[in-house]
Amino acid sequence: MWSLSDITNSIQNALNRAFNPTFATLTEMVIVGICVIGLFAVLGLILVIMERKVSAYMQVRLGPNRVGPKGMLQSLADTLKLLLKEGLTPDGADKFLFNLAPVIAMIAAMLLLAPIAFAKNFQIWDINIGVLFISAVSSISVISILMAGWASNNKYSLLGAMRSGAQIVSYELSAGLSVLSVVILVGSLKLSDIVQSQENGWWIFKGHIPMIISFVIFLVAVTAETNRAPFDLAEAESELTAGFHTEYSGMKFALFFLAEYVNVFIVCGVGATLFLGGWMPLHIGNWHGFNHVMDFIPSSIWFFGKTFFLIFVIMWFRWTFPRLRIDQLLNLEWKYLLPISMFNILLVTLMAIMGWHF
Amino acid sequence: MGVSSLIVLTIAAIAFSAGAILISKLFVKGSKNPQKGQAYECGIPTKGTPWKQFNVGYYLFALIFLIFDVELIFLYPWAVVAKKVGWLALVEIIIFFFILFMGFLYAHKKGALKWM
Repeated sequence: MWSLSDITNSIQNALNRAFNPTFATLTEMVIVGICVIGLFAVLGLILVIMERKVSAYMQVRLGPNRVGPKGMLQSLADTLKLLLKEGLTPDGADKFLFNLAPVIAMIAAMLLLAPIAFAKNFQIWDINIGVLFISAVSSISVISILMAGWASNNKYSLLGAMRSGAQIVSYELSAGLSVLSVVILVGSLKLSDIVQSQENGWWIFKGHIPMIISFVIFLVAVTAETNRAPFDLAEAESELTAGFHTEYSGMKFALFFLAEYVNVFIVCGVGATLFLGGWMPLHIGNWHGFNHVMDFIPSSIWFFGKTFFLIFVIMWFRWTFPRLRIDQLLNLEWKYLLPISMFNILLVTLMAIMGWHF
Repeated sequence: MGVSSLIVLTIAAIAFSAGAILISKLFVKGSKNPQKGQAYECGIPTKGTPWKQFNVGYYLFALIFLIFDVELIFLYPWAVVAKKVGWLALVEIIIFFFILFMGFLYAHKKGALKWM
């Protein structure tokens, strides 16, 4: 059957036949780089238009509908506009850090693509500590945010960056703990093992109530980690104009924006991999006919479908909950989510040892 | 791909961002203006610098975060083997969480989790 891993394998074989090994590896690297850049750009464009359309339909309006069919090319036009804008650096700013910050945000977002399983046998690097890698690299993005806020020499930026720093580091804990509950059940940090363990059912179904609790905590925590509403204190428009990227304009602003949206995609992809089975199709017990039909849908479509479903849920949050205040935000994490997720870890451990999960 | 993928991805990120900024530099004809370089503060002239003393509340949360983040790192190797080790793992983690939770309650009692 047609699949992404077949394409990569045939490309690899063709390269190995045509060139000597060193050159083949180099060509492969270049191809991976170009593909990743393409994926980045396409994801940015799709997610921005999706965000605007979802917001529009939730508020019973049409959203962008002038450029292209049904306004689908609007984000392309916006990118073109941003490309033509001057990238200003304020006079008082720390020029080096100011220009470095968006690049670091991009590097952090790009590195996170490495361990994600997009389809069956289709991973850039199946690293054996995948989950740890993701939680380690995702915390680099907070450095870029603090750097941008501090270097701008602007009070709004600094306030936004500080809030965002406090928020990201706080919610990283409960996100990490809820990820750990899957690791306990699987006994491996490798993402391909985690996906493989969900062959006969996704963890959210197999793991009873504790896994549902950790899924909900994960979803709340990653919403906060990616600075999205209702936790978008870092760029609360009504108080801080644009938070840490107030002073950024032109392409540097676009890079921050892109990194933010790709981060949303990545955390949703990780959530889909850990709790919703990654590229595994939906299988129900011994309904063989149903399972067989589900197997016909390509694995990449399963992965992207689940990921975009989670992205949709996160966009839904934005139009459902009002923005929290900074003290409420920290209370929610430290007084509710963290103790609950610690207790939940104990429950999951008990479940794993007793073998209560399916 | 192995470790080299990290290098490839880093280079791709740098190339992407540098390329985007350079391409926009080609198109843009900037103009100089003394007011353009001022920090944005809703139109009012900027007063003072933001690079000075800041609310200590954020620092306290960063300290507590540090404790819990180290705890999280300790939990990773434990989580991988927990199922194999069995009951001993559960007992160990209960003791670990108990000590940690005492520290957490102490911080709470001292008012470190209260926003100032």
